[in-house]
Amino acid sequence: MDNSLSSTSLGASSYSLPDERGRFGPYGGAYVPEILVPALKELIRGFSEAWQDPSFQLDYHDLLGTYVGRPTALTFANRLTAKLGGAKIYLKREDLCHTGAHKINNTIGQILLARRMGKTRIIAETGAGQHGVATATVCAKFGMPCIVYMGSEDMERQQLNVMRMRLLGAEVRPATSGSKTLKDATNEAIRDWVTNVRDTFYIIGSVVGPHPYPQMVRTFHEVIGSEVKNQLKKAENRHAPDLLVACVGGGSNAMGLFGPFLNDPSVSMIGVEAAGEGLDGLHAATLTLGEPGVLHGAMSYLLQDEEGQVALAHSISAGLDYPGVGPEHAYLKDSGRVTYVTATDTEAIEGVRLLAQTEGIIPALETAHAIAALRTLAPTLDRNQIIVVNCSGRGDKDMGTISAHL
Amino acid sequence: MSSRLANHIRLISARGDKALGVFVTSGFPTPPDTPDILRAIDDGGADFIELGMPFSDPLAEGLPIQHSSGVAIEAGITMKQTLLFAANFRKHSDTPLVLMGYANPIVKYGISNFFRDARSSGVDGVILPDVPPESDSPFLLAAELNNVDLISLIAPTTPEDRMAFIDKLSTGFVYAVSVTGVTGSDLGSKAPIQAYLKRASTVLKHNPLLVGFGIRTRQDFLEMAEFTDGAIIGSALVGKIDELWGQPKLSQHDKLKGVKAFIHELKTGSLNA
Repeated sequence: MDNSLSSTSLGASSYSLPDERGRFGPYGGAYVPEILVPALKELIRGFSEAWQDPSFQLDYHDLLGTYVGRPTALTFANRLTAKLGGAKIYLKREDLCHTGAHKINNTIGQILLARRMGKTRIIAETGAGQHGVATATVCAKFGMPCIVYMGSEDMERQQLNVMRMRLLGAEVRPATSGSKTLKDATNEAIRDWVTNVRDTFYIIGSVVGPHPYPQMVRTFHEVIGSEVKNQLKKAENRHAPDLLVACVGGGSNAMGLFGPFLNDPSVSMIGVEAAGEGLDGLHAATLTLGEPGVLHGAMSYLLQDEEGQVALAHSISAGLDYPGVGPEHAYLKDSGRVTYVTATDTEAIEGVRLLAQTEGIIPALETAHAIAALRTLAPTLDRNQIIVVNCSGRGDKDMGTISAHL
Repeated sequence: MSSRLANHIRLISARGDKALGVFVTSGFPTPPDTPDILRAIDDGGADFIELGMPFSDPLAEGLPIQHSSGVAIEAGITMKQTLLFAANFRKHSDTPLVLMGYANPIVKYGISNFFRDARSSGVDGVILPDVPPESDSPFLLAAELNNVDLISLIAPTTPEDRMAFIDKLSTGFVYAVSVTGVTGSDLGSKAPIQAYLKRASTVLKHNPLLVGFGIRTRQDFLEMAEFTDGAIIGSALVGKIDELWGQPKLSQHDKLKGVKAFIHELKTGSLNA
């Protein structure tokens, strides 16, 4: 077995971050304009009360069951396993969620919280449009006004998702500053929140942003890892897999899968970042090549230049095309609990083809990065070992890009 | 140690006047313009100057300062250059100078190094709108160590107990954000802003209170400063500079005269600089 896969002990059952100030070691926190400080305190309190309230849990899990379609399947990838010739590979099928990706686990949770807190207006940021669609969807379901900020460049690249959001009744506002992508859409959403903080709830789409967002978004996605525990028990009579694999942009699907296993030292974890054109070219490998910095309200790893100006990221997958990353991933990297590797644009396209042709599943380009990493990871494990990879989204949205590269 | 900036503002208040703080983006429209513009603002009668350290993702800024920051970064402005502008300004003028910017470029520069170099460049204070005060903040510790004011902000959403907490940690002055919004926002109805400023002024015990965001005219300045020790303008000047530098027929001398006159009118109400 590859040494990089040996698990790091954190001391028995000790993982309980963030601390009360929203820190994961030196990362996280709340670097925001003072205007937002009371709103974040209200959100910390609101989330904590809601999460402990059985009636909130009932509503959340009821919607996950009857609307999102949970639990999602855990599929044994027998032909992929045979082809790669190593550990048994299971796919956690978040691509089967309503709207086609894991994102809706979080938007369901946050919109229930927004209603409970008496907020009447929803804003969100989106890159590829998946989180925007998931937010517009729950806003339609609950009859709430929804404004989605999206970089004007991304609106051009992802016209189908813009149409979906508009059909769902959301207003899509172009972010025309800076690089006109996800980073700038997030700036615009924060500026909107600063302006309309009293009645507006900001549904952030990943484990990024100021405390309590990284913790809250992780918590709403931990249903992924929790289901894996139960499903693996049934399928393999095992309480945990040997290795978890997930792609990491902001890092929400990875935290949802990893979270429930962080305290189990027998489970190794690998996050796969986007190496774009290659690590010596344009990429989005924030943890691999970035350094600590502050963006969008949190201290984390960041792609930046020598002056501390935020650098442009690049990935073939719009969902990974972000120069920041969730602060918990920064902590998990430094502590060695999670290993982070990369896959290039080309490897991701190969990953799409591999999963499509062995398992009949066309993954999203984001997910394809995790699939690509399996090619080198799976053969290093024994046949009796088990990998669970998060199949975080389906590839329909990417058919334009994929077909241009096949 | 007592703050030179706070004392300066208190002296202005004591003579029944209101302090005018003026913000400009370092390196805008081009880095060579900044020393001239700083001098024009000083000559126009600003009581202190805020020099903006451009950041690629300035989330508390409206369009004018987003634009000026982007132009300055594009023109190659660096933190070292901004500190050099401060040091050169200090050679010619005693007017207090404050740096305003965002956390990341400072983290990148090194927090202690930044405050050390700010001090040695004659900078009086630093404003970081994305760093809310915390008692053990490394920014605060470095500021204290180097005897640089770390000016904290309050907002219309800030409860009184937090205003008091911020007042305790802030030095130089407390910066009251006029409205929930970004820089250059519309002020809208002034009565609720005045009520909030009046409330804040009774809570504050340790610092002068200045108000900023959305202040464009002499009239705004007077109304906003009624319950405070003064007010800060930024976006309006940045817009004015954009307008002046957009006129190819104007000489550099005339552009700078325009800046000086703009500040003079804000400060005195008189058009004759």
